[in-house]
Amino acid sequence: MNIQIFFQHFINGLSLGALYALIAVGYTMVYGILKLINFAHGEIFMMGIFFTYFAISSGMPWWLGMAAGIAGAALLGMLIDKIAYKPLRNAPRISALITAIGMSIFLQSLAIVIFGGIPKSFRGVYPEFFNKIFIFGGEVVEKRGREIVINATRVPNITIITFVVTLITFLVLWLILFKTKTGMAMRAIAMDTKAVALMGINVNQVIGLTFALGSALAAVGGILWAGKYPQVWPMMGFIPGLKAFVAAVIGGIGSVSGAIVGGVLLGLIEIVSVGLFPQFAGYRDALAFVLLIVILSFRPAGLMGKKEIVKV
Amino acid sequence: MDKKTLNNKTQIILTVFLILLVSVLFWSAEKNLNSYLVRLISLVGLFGILATSLTLVNGVSGMLSLGHAGFMAIGAYTSALLTMSLPQKEASFILTGVGFPLNTDLLSNVPFFWATIIGGIVAAIFAFIVGWPSMRLAGDYLAITTLGFAEIIRIIILNWNKVTNGALGLKGIPSYTTIWWSWGWLLITLLVIGSFAKSSFGRALRAIRDDPIAAKSMGINVFKHQLLSFVIGAFFAGVAGSLYAHWLTSIDPKPTTLGVMMTFNILIMIVIGGLGSLSGAVIGAGLFAVMSEFLRFVESDISLFGLEIAGISGMRMLVLSGLFIVVMIFWQHGIMGRKELTWNNTYNFLRKLTKGGNKNG
Repeated sequence: MNIQIFFQHFINGLSLGALYALIAVGYTMVYGILKLINFAHGEIFMMGIFFTYFAISSGMPWWLGMAAGIAGAALLGMLIDKIAYKPLRNAPRISALITAIGMSIFLQSLAIVIFGGIPKSFRGVYPEFFNKIFIFGGEVVEKRGREIVINATRVPNITIITFVVTLITFLVLWLILFKTKTGMAMRAIAMDTKAVALMGINVNQVIGLTFALGSALAAVGGILWAGKYPQVWPMMGFIPGLKAFVAAVIGGIGSVSGAIVGGVLLGLIEIVSVGLFPQFAGYRDALAFVLLIVILSFRPAGLMGKKEIVKV
Repeated sequence: MDKKTLNNKTQIILTVFLILLVSVLFWSAEKNLNSYLVRLISLVGLFGILATSLTLVNGVSGMLSLGHAGFMAIGAYTSALLTMSLPQKEASFILTGVGFPLNTDLLSNVPFFWATIIGGIVAAIFAFIVGWPSMRLAGDYLAITTLGFAEIIRIIILNWNKVTNGALGLKGIPSYTTIWWSWGWLLITLLVIGSFAKSSFGRALRAIRDDPIAAKSMGINVFKHQLLSFVIGAFFAGVAGSLYAHWLTSIDPKPTTLGVMMTFNILIMIVIGGLGSLSGAVIGAGLFAVMSEFLRFVESDISLFGLEIAGISGMRMLVLSGLFIVVMIFWQHGIMGRKELTWNNTYNFLRKLTKGGNKNG
């Protein structure tokens, strides 16, 4: 493998990792507050892409359509919390978890019923400059009368946009979490819900906002995802959702920075290992789960999570 | 309220009598009903095995395992590869040919009973391997690792062409599963898991479910107990997988056949029946099978008062999952809660009913 090919894998892995990180943050924020794996998160990601698709196809300019997709996903996240999770706040945790799985399947079936089960192509939905490809390095050779570039690192515009958008999004997230009152309330609830309620803060409202924020991040990830893999169908949220959860666990669930690190790490490992061993490319989806089992066996709190000691 | 218990002898006689009665019913059903209904009845028995075994893991031990379909897939593929005849295998594996140990006479045309047992045992071995690292983790992580494990199994089946025939799946599996096989295995499952849940082992499991720390301080080996119940659950999932393969006669690694959707279906059954009740699990399985057949009408074209409504595919799952969420939010106990349908409970219920009737009358 020469250096260009390595860079190619590295950049591909990094951009996939950025997408995982965007989805993983939503998981980790909800888990930090409610101790609930929001299985429906992958479906919110899928719904965000569908909203964007229909908004842009209905004639909106692309930037407005994307904003509509993000807003739609945020509203959906809040709605799910209100309908399905809020009544179960005081129920055993396993009930909420089972309900979350039910919600995930419900949203999938809803998408099949409303949008149809056939994948829809995203080609032509986003403006053309998203797909422009930059070529770095490499050499020009002539083959059958045509000039082609080999051994180069190709970076499509969408990858660069992914990096920029992800960085901006995380900056905004940091500002919200650490510079606003709501963000402070979110962090406080993750530490001690009862004490926060005693301080006169509307806990349910803050939880709803957390869902909205996490869902909006998932939608941002989804919009970029659709630029990278230009297709949308009802089952598409399942595997990225699960992998993003794995990323959150690898980084240490409950920690936002951990989710980002875990996501990037997972994306890199996935792409680089497929690049190194192309014969095992079919097992690519299994790799994340193998990694999960290994991490949980040796470092159950994840890379950046704190080990909590439960007092009885 | 005073409760009367029946003595053991009466209970056994009643049970034997019930089994005989059900057998006669099945015998006449097989003679008189059409093959669609007969197949539905055997599906109910098969779903009953799945629901009961997941109840042991989920309801009695309190571990949320989402890998049930994975164990089922292992059982299904193992037994199907054993019972298929050599020519049938060669006709199925058109791309790569059959891998070495499977293309011998020894591993073909194995009797259905033994193939099923082997399927169950292989599933149990895998459960042991998976359970070892994941049982150390608390509830939520277990859900994800088991779900991930089921997905790994599915991906391996999808890619291991020489043994599993990859995405094409296995076709022409002999159609062995009858009412007798599926309900017979259900009876065995209920006997084994029922006596398990009633024993000191089952009581320990329930103690762990309600408070793992308290159970641990009473000297219960949490890890060992949970692992054992997980392995037993997986064994019966493998058995049910074998029955399912020989009921369906063709299996493939699609998420809907032996993947995450199947796990979700089993979860619906035990939630409707009541988490933690074995008899509830069987009732839930029956309801689920009947309901999902009945709900086919929402996917077919309907004409209502002269109005033609086109069928919408996917509607069935939407209705079922919506119902599932409603049950979880408003009616968490399901039909049976944690109660069991035993002769004693039935007897007392009937007594209460007649007494109440006397008072009113």
